[in-house]
Amino acid sequence: MNKTHDNKAWFFVLPVVALVAFNAVIPLMTVVNYSVQETFGDNVFFWAGVMWFEQVLQSERFHDALFRQLAFTFTILLIEVPLGVAIALTMPKKGPWVPVCLVLMALPLLIPWNVVGAMWNIFALPDIGLLGRSLNALGFDYNFTRQPGDAWFTLILMDVWHWTSLVVLLAYAGLVSIPDAYYQAAKIDGAKPFAVFRYIQLPKMKRVLTIAVLLRFMDSFMIYTELSVLTGGGPGNSTTLLSIDLVKIALGQFDLGPAAAMSLIYFLIILALSWVFYTLMMRNEQQ
Amino acid sequence: MAKIVLDTLRHAYMPNPTQDSDWALKQLDLEWEDGGAYALLGPSGCGKTTLLSIISGLLRPTHGRVFFDGQDVTDLTPEQRHIAQVFQFPVVYDTMTVYDNLAFPLRNRGVDEKHVDQRVREIAGMIDLTHMLDNRAAGLTADGKQKISLGRGLVRSDVNAIMFDEPLTVIDPHLKWQLRSKLKELHQRVRTTMIYVTHDQTEALTFADKVVVMNQGEVVQIGTPVDLFERPQHTFVGHFIGSPGMNVLPCEVADGRPHVAGIAVQAGGSGNLGSASGKLEVGVRPEFVRFAEAGDTGGLPARVVKVSDAGRFRIVEAEAAETRIKLLVPEGGDIPQEQAHLLFDPDHTAVYRDGWIVA
Repeated sequence: MNKTHDNKAWFFVLPVVALVAFNAVIPLMTVVNYSVQETFGDNVFFWAGVMWFEQVLQSERFHDALFRQLAFTFTILLIEVPLGVAIALTMPKKGPWVPVCLVLMALPLLIPWNVVGAMWNIFALPDIGLLGRSLNALGFDYNFTRQPGDAWFTLILMDVWHWTSLVVLLAYAGLVSIPDAYYQAAKIDGAKPFAVFRYIQLPKMKRVLTIAVLLRFMDSFMIYTELSVLTGGGPGNSTTLLSIDLVKIALGQFDLGPAAAMSLIYFLIILALSWVFYTLMMRNEQQ
Repeated sequence: MAKIVLDTLRHAYMPNPTQDSDWALKQLDLEWEDGGAYALLGPSGCGKTTLLSIISGLLRPTHGRVFFDGQDVTDLTPEQRHIAQVFQFPVVYDTMTVYDNLAFPLRNRGVDEKHVDQRVREIAGMIDLTHMLDNRAAGLTADGKQKISLGRGLVRSDVNAIMFDEPLTVIDPHLKWQLRSKLKELHQRVRTTMIYVTHDQTEALTFADKVVVMNQGEVVQIGTPVDLFERPQHTFVGHFIGSPGMNVLPCEVADGRPHVAGIAVQAGGSGNLGSASGKLEVGVRPEFVRFAEAGDTGGLPARVVKVSDAGRFRIVEAEAAETRIKLLVPEGGDIPQEQAHLLFDPDHTAVYRDGWIVA
């Protein structure tokens, strides 16, 4: 068989290469460029080597922000994934209520992120907000703008409200794809409800749940908009997660070098953790 | 094990059935002996799966009762009825090993591990899965998975009946035969009542001692494979069973005897049909039609229109009185050119009124 080698095919790929270069590679390279140089203004740059990376990795400020970020992400994962699965399990499988439930579930996902932040900010205000006032009326000393604990509580509540729906919808999609025969067989085999969940529903939902955990992990690790509108990182630095801190360094202090180094470290952490998650969750698939 | 009795069973999927066609099952009275192998045979949508679900307890009938050994089980769950079922698409618990799959029904019932182990190994031996007990069930082929489904029914010692809902649909053709004979062999060994639902006549006829043929929510005939072949009670059975199916020819009665296209036909022990009303037909299988030879008298004049070779025999289509009649000619048999006369074997020719046999 004679294969025709025609390198003209490359021309068809070129537009995509150009597009990807323009919107991903080139911006990323400017960040790399800033991360290894020092500037004192006037567009004069000096070679700085890995100095900024060392500085960021050793700074206590970065450690604290990273710790808060991890705490936030794992807390919301621990709440949203089980809660999402639980809600999906209680949703009807067929009938007129299915579309109603689906739309209700999808609603929080349709609201622009800064609106979510603004909504919760007002909702939680201790003097006029429904939530804040009610909590205080009930005797709780609640003020999310002053007390770090209250700020965290509000932040997590907001994220759970905003994003549990995503887990619900994905888990629900996994659940409705299970044929009836499985439930009937389990009934005949005398399986208790927990065994049905453990041996039928959970294994069948595994793939979609993997996607759900990955998406929630990545998104929550990058959370910026809602958080910056709700608390702006405060009170003090108590809710300053990585993205908020990065913006403070890059745009507040205009420290382009450290900010660029931090961006790259931030990016690599997300990449590495996503890879670890995915590998762990898909490990059994090969067996 | 149990004798199963169905008493005036009717079922409709809609809440208020008014007309005949609203019923998925019209009216059913059946008795199945303990330890028998039965098949429910019929085309898609005839109600056989509905009937199966009613017997297994997955569905509650709109009307009528189900009895196992005289006990009314109509309101009992599948678990309480002690039945097992093998579904059309193999159901295995993916995350478990083959061993755990087979042990699952026993463990759910709190059987002690020693007894579980003994039962699982015994059954695994019967269904040839001993060598892969430690494999993950998800990795098995479709026929292996169906064996596990069957095994989960067999391990339980309290099973009243095992149901099969078209279990060979997803199995490769060359394995179907193997699994079918395995099933037959297992039935002879364990003697549990088995009910097998299928639309494939070969599966039904090879598996079952008695076949229940259903059409449009009604039982058309219950009988041994030989009964169904030699004396179909309804033209539908004649059509549906046999390949090619039975010839059904319009006829009229004169002098108390059936006439096809004006020529008298002998049918079974037909007495005087009298002045029968309704739609009358003569049914005769292609196996029992032959060409008239020298010395034969009478016969239906026909014209050969098509001959197709099926290996051991040839299927001949002849045209007589504006209808087509099929007949089988064995290898080496003569096929007359163009004009011929057809003779029906009187013992295997029957007259049907409105579809049902009369003589």
